[in-house]
Parts: sequence; structure tokens; C-alpha cells
Amino acid sequence: MSANPVAAAPPAVRARRRRQGRPRPARAWGRPRPARARGRARWTGWGFVGPFLAVFAFALILPIGYAVYLSLFRQQLIGGNAFVGLANYRLALHDPQFWASVRRVLLFLAVQVPVMTVLALLAALALDSARLRWAPLYRLSIFLPYAVPAVVAALMWGFIYGSQFGLVARLQSLLGAWVPDPLSGSWVLAAIGNVVTWEFVGYNMLIFYSALRAVPRELYEAAEIDGATNTGVVRWIKLPALRPAIVVALIFSVIGSLQLFNEPNVLQQLTPDTITKNFTPNMYAYNLSFAGQEYNYSAAIAIIMGIITVIIAALVQRYGQRRAAA
Amino acid sequence: MTEIPRGDAPPMRDRTGLIAKTGIMSGLPGHARAVADSRSRIETTRKETVTAGRKPLRLSRRAPGRQGARRKRYSVLMNALMTVMLVYALLPLFWLVVNASKTQRALFTTFGLWFGGRFALWSNIHQVVTYDNGIFLRWLANTLLYVVVGAGGATLLATLAGYGMAKYDFPGKRLVFAVVLGAVAVPGTALAVPTFLLFSNLHLANTPWSVILPSLVSPLGLYLIWVYASDAVPTELLEAARIDGAGEFRTFFVISSRLLMPGVVTVALFTVVATWNNYFLPLIMLSNPSWYPLTVGLNDWNQQSFSAGGQAIYNLVITGSLLTVIPIMVAFLIMQRYWRSGLAAGAVKQ
Repeated sequence: MSANPVAAAPPAVRARRRRQGRPRPARAWGRPRPARARGRARWTGWGFVGPFLAVFAFALILPIGYAVYLSLFRQQLIGGNAFVGLANYRLALHDPQFWASVRRVLLFLAVQVPVMTVLALLAALALDSARLRWAPLYRLSIFLPYAVPAVVAALMWGFIYGSQFGLVARLQSLLGAWVPDPLSGSWVLAAIGNVVTWEFVGYNMLIFYSALRAVPRELYEAAEIDGATNTGVVRWIKLPALRPAIVVALIFSVIGSLQLFNEPNVLQQLTPDTITKNFTPNMYAYNLSFAGQEYNYSAAIAIIMGIITVIIAALVQRYGQRRAAA
Repeated sequence: MTEIPRGDAPPMRDRTGLIAKTGIMSGLPGHARAVADSRSRIETTRKETVTAGRKPLRLSRRAPGRQGARRKRYSVLMNALMTVMLVYALLPLFWLVVNASKTQRALFTTFGLWFGGRFALWSNIHQVVTYDNGIFLRWLANTLLYVVVGAGGATLLATLAGYGMAKYDFPGKRLVFAVVLGAVAVPGTALAVPTFLLFSNLHLANTPWSVILPSLVSPLGLYLIWVYASDAVPTELLEAARIDGAGEFRTFFVISSRLLMPGVVTVALFTVVATWNNYFLPLIMLSNPSWYPLTVGLNDWNQQSFSAGGQAIYNLVITGSLLTVIPIMVAFLIMQRYWRSGLAAGAVKQ
């Protein structure tokens, strides 16, 4: 049974095969192999999966376990390392600095992710519309920032925002004072949102565009015959076809927002007063570890944020699937 | 075998090799290698057929009826809006190129979006690679090391495992499935601090391994290969190879790996970009600048420029950024055409 294609296919592939009514791959040469060989072959799969799982266990599972372990202890002045149970978690739940950082990334999530996703969606629909001239040029150019390291992106935008030789400063002197300073208190989150949008709008666009390219062209012809308008085709064919891709893109964006670190950490040098040590939960955990040596508490924060992230990502997925079923 | 049933799959789906698979069904069982070779021939024919078949399809979309020709022309508004996005995407990169050509003084005194002052790109580059005993080149070599070993290893491991998941049943597979899918959702950055704590306990922190080991794991890459291999590698082919007496790993390296290539390139690109751009993990792990990758090193220079008493080297930060971006962008542009198919496999087929 080492190579049963139906059972071996991921659920997604199986579901797609069912949807499309494609015949299951037949076992063309279904001669049963000797029982002895079969017993050995049962374990062949481990030969392929094993190396990955070994590294996976060491570099992913083990750190999670170690973090959980650490979070249950506390370094005390007298007595050294002591088991404190869930005390670190209780502390985090009542830590206004931590919750301020969580609120900030949630606000970021609520504003930046929809803006970026809608922009990416519109761009993908435009690319797929066959009404755009030089579509490959747009596709490549808008996707290009994805290759730029987050550090370089934040450095560039930081210089552009900056008061010393930035473009914004130039605009300010040209137009008077009403151009807001992007690095001042209330604007700095928007400024970071702009950097993140710049980096990832093309990536999301490409995910959506790939999904659109996979729509069977016959559907469009059928819609044409039924006299569907352009908006009708978008509403009834393209958007439903995009739903799984949107769910995937949203999950990546949710993770990225809640785990925000690189951009604010790089921009911090420009504006240390507005981007504080606890600007995002990740920065808070980082600074607790490296500036405060509070490793145990930092591990608890990392675990709480991991749980929050997984919960929100799961909610997005469930909501997306329920809407798809309805 | 050269006749391709176009009706049952749209052009995009062909990339997954389903059509070739139907073609391969008529192949003889005893010659797996020959089948694989003929498959690549089919591939070529298929490409031609598809590209030939695509044009009329598009045309029929564009001019379906009496009013169609009038309705579906290039839209000026759409082009204008997309041009705004294009400018948004390229403007910072243009800024980077322009300012990499300026002296430090000109950075402060000339307009940011156009060249000004002495053209200093070459002297800037020379300064970047010689500053602090050529530390920049060391960082570049480190980055290359992390990319080759980290991203290369991640691609290899993900390909083997994804293929194993797609083509074999084995005890415990369900558990592996659940754990890996769960891991896709676990954000890497959330684990950075705990990983550092563990690694420093094991005396791995501040060594290249501390950066390489975590980047060897790519659950998303495994998932992409898994989805891709389910369709791209016909099970009949593996049966044929088995009957020929080829071992499973030999079959993989001689036959399956070729069929998996587009998926592998996609995963390689994901992991290469991720490793080249990696910042949080090396920032935490490494305290010795001679192990820094470019990203951490650049931010170090930037910090130095802003700190009181530090030597301001904005021109080096900007030119160094440009030099960091160029190689990854070249790789990216060369390989980007594989992305669409790979992304389609991962994102669409939820």
C-alpha cells in the first residue's frame, strides 16, 4: 500500500479531484507485491520524511517546549531559579505595557491588512482583466519590493520620512506645515503600515493573480453566453474563485502583523521616543530578554502571542470556510 | 500520446502535469526511464499546444459577440491606476539608486529624487567594501553561506518530505500531517527568543549554526511540494520503476526529482528570499559582528550613524543597501516565472 495515490494526496487535492469530477487515478499495474516487500515498504515514507522531521523537532518543537518550561520559572534574587507555576502568565495578563503593545498590533492589523488586501485584489483583477496594456511590466514591478529585505525597506523609507534629508521634509518646506511628520506620535504606525504595504502588496497580488489564472476559461465563456456583465463576472465567478487564496493571504498577513518586529525595530533609531521598547509584543519580548535579562517572563510573552496568533489565524480560516460552504 | 485533450483542463492546470499523466497511461510499464523521457517530450509538445491553444481562447474572450469587440479594449483608467501603483513600488528603489551616487554632504544638500553633487557611486562602493577592513565583504560571504546551506538544505528537506507525504503511506503519517500543518501557522518570529534561549544553553548561539539550523525548516515548502508532487509525479511511473527494480531513493533522484523541478524552484526561491532577508533571528543569535549577515550589519552601520559620537556613514548605509538588494533582485527576476505556478499550487488548492 505504499503508493496509494488517493490516500496519499493532501486533502486539498482530493477535494479538488472530487469537485472537478476527475476520475481517480487508476492503479494501472495493480499486481499485488509480495507481503515481505510490502512490510518493508510501509516504512519507506519515513526515509523521505525523517530528515525533515528531525530538524523540525530540533529547531521548532524543542524551542517551543523549552519556552513553555522557561515560562514556568523565575530568576529570584534569593534562591536562584524557582518554579513559579503560571505566575509569569498572570503577570503578563495584568501588564499594561504588554497589552498596550497588543492593542497597537491589533489596530495595525485592523487597518493595514484590509487596505493592503483590497489594493492587491484590485491589482490582481486588473492584471487578469485582459484590458491592461503591458500587464507583465506591472506584475513584475509591483512584485519587486517583495525581494527587498525588510531592513533595507525600513532603512529606505526611514530616510525618506526623516527630517534631515527626507522627501517628506522637502514637501513640508514646499507646502508649509500641514504635511504631517510621519515619524511623530500618531502617524508612526501609519508610516510603518506604509512600509509593510509596500513590501507585501505585490506578493498578495501575485497570490490572487495565480488563483485567477487557475479559473477555467470555460466559465467565462458560459457567463458571456448568459450575458453577464464585467461586474457580474467579477462578483459571481472571480471573487468566489479567489476565496481560498484570500483566506491564505489573510492568514499570512495576520501572522505578519501580530509578529511585527523588523520595521519598527529599524525605524526606532529615527524616533526612539515614539517607537518605544514595547511598541509591538515581539519588540517587548526582545527587549525583556536582551535589555532586561528577564528570560522567563519574555518566554511567557512569546507563548501568549503565539497562542493569540494561532487563534486569530484559525478564526480567519474557519470564517473563510464557513462562507465558502454557505 | 501527443494528442492532448484540451477540454478537460484549462491551460493553467496543465502545469500540474495532469494531462501528461493521462498521456503516460499508455506508456509501457517496463521502461520507467523511457517514460520519463517521453514525458518531457510531451511537456514540450504540450507547451506548444497550450500556447497555441491559448491565443484563440483569449481572443474568443475578447471578441465573443457583436458588441464584444467594442467593449473589451484596453482601459486607460485601469492603466493609469496601475501606473500609480507601479510608481509607488519603484520610487523607493529609484531613490536608493539616486542616493547611492551621492557624497554624504550631497545627501543633505541636494533634492532626494534626483542626482546632485559629485557622482560618487564608485567611490561609495569602494568605501563600502573597504570600510572597517572589508567587513562588508565578510557579511556578504556570511549571507551567501546562510543562503546556500540554509535555503539549499531547507529546499532539499522540504522536497524529500513533501514527496514522501504525497507518494507513500506510512505509520504515523496522520500525526505528521497534523503537526506540519500546525507548524505552518506558527510564526517563526514568535519562536526566535525561545530558540535563542535554547541555543545559548546548548552553546550553539553566536555560531553560524544558530542561523542555519532554524532556517532549514520550511513547513510551507513541504506543503507546496506535497501538493505539487501529488499531481506532477504519476504513481504509475513509480510502479513502473519498482517493477524495473529501481530502489525508492534512486527512483526519486533519477525520475521524480526532474518532474518536481518547477515546484522545487518555487520553494527554493521562497527559502532563498527568506534567508537572504532574515534579520530577527541573526540579530538575536549573533553577537560577534564577523558572523553577521548583510541585514544585521547594515542596521549596525545605521545605528552607528545615529548614535551620538558615532561616525556618520549614511552614504555607506545607502550604498550598502543597494549592494544588498541587487543580487537578490537579479536572482528573483531570473526565477520569478516559476513563482506563479508554484504559488498557484500552494494558494489556490486549499
